[in-house]
Amino acid sequence: MPIWDIIGPVMIGPSSSHTAGAVRIGRMVRMCWGKEIKRADIYMRGSFATTGSGHGTDRAILAGLLGCAPDDPAVRSGIDLARKAGIDFHFHDEDIEGAHPNSVRIVLSDECGHMMDAVGASVGGGAVRLQELDGFKVDISGELPAVIIMNRDVSGVVCAVTSFLARREINIATMKLHRDSRGGMATMVIELDANEKTLDTAGMSRAHDAIVRVITIPGQGEA
Amino acid sequence: MRSIKEIINFAEDRGMSLHEAILAIDSEAAGLGADEIRHKIESRLADMERSVNEAKMSDAPCKLVRPMGKALRSYAQKGGICGDFILEASAIALEVASYNASMGRIVAAPTAGSCGILPGLLFSWKKFYGSDQDKTKESLVEALIVAGAIGEVIAGRATLAGAEGGCQAECGAAAAMGAGALAYIRGGSSVTVANAVAITLKSVLGLVCDPVGGLVESPCIKRNGTLAAIGALSADMALAGIESIIPADEVIDAMGQIGRSIPPSLRETSRGGLAVTPTAKNLVSRLGNRKLGSLQGGAG
Repeated sequence: MPIWDIIGPVMIGPSSSHTAGAVRIGRMVRMCWGKEIKRADIYMRGSFATTGSGHGTDRAILAGLLGCAPDDPAVRSGIDLARKAGIDFHFHDEDIEGAHPNSVRIVLSDECGHMMDAVGASVGGGAVRLQELDGFKVDISGELPAVIIMNRDVSGVVCAVTSFLARREINIATMKLHRDSRGGMATMVIELDANEKTLDTAGMSRAHDAIVRVITIPGQGEA
Repeated sequence: MRSIKEIINFAEDRGMSLHEAILAIDSEAAGLGADEIRHKIESRLADMERSVNEAKMSDAPCKLVRPMGKALRSYAQKGGICGDFILEASAIALEVASYNASMGRIVAAPTAGSCGILPGLLFSWKKFYGSDQDKTKESLVEALIVAGAIGEVIAGRATLAGAEGGCQAECGAAAAMGAGALAYIRGGSSVTVANAVAITLKSVLGLVCDPVGGLVESPCIKRNGTLAAIGALSADMALAGIESIIPADEVIDAMGQIGRSIPPSLRETSRGGLAVTPTAKNLVSRLGNRKLGSLQGGAG
């Protein structure tokens, strides 16, 4: 850990894991959703459920869903801001065997029946991992910009995606592949080196016919 | 940075000052320019100073404890036993730690629960010894670089998480970082800085993390105040030429080993110690323990 991470993060208190980390999880989930949030069902797990209320974890997650950074004083009024923004939010506790002790599942939905189900964990010192997205393991930190590609499990998709990145001279930092079954649905999780603020999501989804969905998450870096 | 010794050797071999050596080592490891890292630390110092000023003015309430900074300040005006420097450092530490508990904006240094100690020591020094504005800022940035490196070594050899190592790893580490920073800012050699770190940590070995109700308030806030004093005295002892027989790196290793043997009930789980005293249980039940499940929002 470099010295500026030891002296940091700059954050709204009281807890790096239960407050700052919770904001970061909310913010990452918002970026994955990529549109206005109508309804949020928030399932607190482990110590997020037991000690979260004293640490403002509830407001922190809502503030993150509204796009706040961990050092934004608006984190304090996350609940009021979410109400004002017209988000229909509901908190629940859930006890899941083997879940990370500081974690939360966030389900976002809209009137058209679109849904997204994300699980995030606060892993210490304000660092977080987005663990699952719509049932697929993703495991990204949000420090680096990332792309999540969901596709039918056929040959050539990885090649098409990496060629797409290569043509744009974008270097890959990490890459993970998962699939639910042979020939079923697969995900590719790629973290990128450069700060790709304007990655061409639409272009990438056309890189191969089997690509169903592309989600890009800008790196939060210092935030 | 794996050891204090390694940093000192690096500096001595190249004829660099301690903070220059730290910047050079971190710059190499992170692939960033030394200037860029220095700039990041400058901005951390500015955020820290802002938190000190905001905390002093804040009257946002904590959940369990009453504000303490003002009481200590007005007592100090009449002349306390500890002297002006320690009372000021302790008042700042109490204020910043309370500000954190009431959702104020702070710099985790190294953690949110221990965020008062380092600003307490650095800005008390600024108040009493920082006359020349430009030179003061430069000295504070360099001291904060040294503090960061001490924290980096502790994180690598032991831990900075209360859940892994108890309070010695949070407030103890913060006090050690602050003691090293003070020793450096007062012109102490690298060896003096290392002694200040060792003396501080030896005084806090075994300190458990047993927060009442899981909140970062009791005993956390007062502990920020008292450990600022241990940091200041340890720096003075080291500057007086007192040496730690056990070198800093070995003290840090001992801290890590002790942390691992602290039972989980005393490592931030609130299942032991102060957290399970009759008064603590009573306070927590009076707090009402609002369940999150009952909280609902909505557009309508």
